[in-house]
Amino acid sequence: MKSPNELSVGTVTTSTARLFAGDNPLRLRSGAALSAVDVAYETYGTLSPSGDNAVFICHALTGDAHAAGFHDGDTRPGWWDTMIGPGKPVDTNTWFVVSANLLGGCQGTTGPSSINPATGAPYGLDFPLLDMADFIEVHRALATHLGIDRFAAVVGGSLGGMQALQWSLLHPEEIGRAIIIAASSRLTAQNIAFSAVGRQAIMRDGDFREGRFLDEGTAPRRGLSVARMMAHITYLSETGFEEKFGRSAQRGELSKNFGVDFAIESYLEYQGERFLSRFDALSYLYLTRVMDYFDPFTDPQALDALMDDPVRFLVLSFDTDWRFSTEHSRRIVRHLEGAKLPTSFREIHSPWGHDSFLLDIPDYHATVRAFLERAAEDLA
Amino acid sequence: MSDTLRPDLWLIAKLIPEGSRVLDLGCGDGELLRLLQLRGCSGTGVDMSPANLVAAMRSGVDVIQLDLDSQLGEFADDSYDVVVLSRTLQTVRRPRQVLEEIGRIAVHSLVSMPNFAHWRNRLRLLSGRMPMSKDLPFEWYDTPNLHHTSLPDLEPLFASLGMVIDKRIPLDQTGRRHRLVNLAPNLVASSSLYLLHARR
Repeated sequence: MKSPNELSVGTVTTSTARLFAGDNPLRLRSGAALSAVDVAYETYGTLSPSGDNAVFICHALTGDAHAAGFHDGDTRPGWWDTMIGPGKPVDTNTWFVVSANLLGGCQGTTGPSSINPATGAPYGLDFPLLDMADFIEVHRALATHLGIDRFAAVVGGSLGGMQALQWSLLHPEEIGRAIIIAASSRLTAQNIAFSAVGRQAIMRDGDFREGRFLDEGTAPRRGLSVARMMAHITYLSETGFEEKFGRSAQRGELSKNFGVDFAIESYLEYQGERFLSRFDALSYLYLTRVMDYFDPFTDPQALDALMDDPVRFLVLSFDTDWRFSTEHSRRIVRHLEGAKLPTSFREIHSPWGHDSFLLDIPDYHATVRAFLERAAEDLA
Repeated sequence: MSDTLRPDLWLIAKLIPEGSRVLDLGCGDGELLRLLQLRGCSGTGVDMSPANLVAAMRSGVDVIQLDLDSQLGEFADDSYDVVVLSRTLQTVRRPRQVLEEIGRIAVHSLVSMPNFAHWRNRLRLLSGRMPMSKDLPFEWYDTPNLHHTSLPDLEPLFASLGMVIDKRIPLDQTGRRHRLVNLAPNLVASSSLYLLHARR
């Protein structure tokens, strides 16, 4: 096994920048405005003198800015440390990597639990509903802040891949390549159903207090952990669960009770609990809702800008992913390739379902590596 | 690159007009599309082998992983100028359906196929053995080649699908244009390359 620091970007810290304030508010797609927006971000590697080697990493639903390396004193690295680092597929010897927490998130970027400057209290449900395009506006403001006017690549999995797609559609001139992994251009009824039940678990928790729980000193902990437990089931495949847990007992042998008896139950319990310490119920509501409404190709002009300024695409799916199955990726490919945009697609074999995009799967990593090595060659 | 290029790919490339948009079905590591890029062509390769797909991507060729037998429907009608199916038709389960899809995706296509009725193969059969040659190098139990045909048996299939033969180029075992091109191609051609167009 590799030592944790081998091939790692090492110790990193999260920075925060105020990107919108006062006379420069963030105008949202909905027409609403946010008068103060802070963004938490990390960078790895070195920006080239010409600024042409920047790569933007978009995180998934519950991710954060800490994609790679170690925070001081931590033993666990960032959420995509398998992918990003020196010698890794997103090679920090070549690329200057930018990773930021999403608008509406809860890991340092302004979101519904932030203080509303107009009231001095947390926004709660007064926070405006967001659109995928709003995420992109904030990413672009961060780029400007960092002195980057173009990304050689924008890369993301799941909700991160949806952002990479949205950015390509809106501002293709700012992007060389986009890698869209285990993502979707339109959630199915089943996807929305899971999303809805997760939100209902949160909103029906008595401690939700109609979104004012921060004011009232409570938190919908039961609801949020149930939402996470259920979502987690959709992130793995049946085979994955079977291989990891089967029907094994949590304590020696099964003892027929209503508590946590099977190992899988204990695992879900743990996932739900652990989530509470790092995620906010309001962010969960807002971010899942953005995914539900995302449907960019319904606009007949969606691809116009992109056709004038083609981005080179790599779309990837995993054969056991049933949250965003290969058909979701194929749909994206049909739109892109059908518009004669340079598009590559692979369905990667992996037993681990949707979460595969976070794992070190050799064929998957070789594919991303090849695509980005070629991008580096094209720069030179 | 041209030093090591398969001679039949060189021939195919020369038959494709500059600037064409090309779909290469069974593209391997993208060799043909790389050559075509030098001729101002764009396009997409299709393959199923992970190693091939990664190699093609690394070399700057766009590739889409899909199964020729069941997933060519992913490509829209007339979305390419030319479809290439080089030494691949014999490996698909349903050659007729694949050809039908090719005729739908582009008017023009280039299709090559090993000739089972080559004289060496006939001699091997007469000696009681299954044909094996440079174009048919596999043991019968371990071959990607699911279908064998002679040229007179292949050409009516094109006709029945409304695909017109614009050119027939008999190839020798190395994939070069056969020197005795006018002499009984079904006897001397180790494989044959067809330039087709689909009636609209």
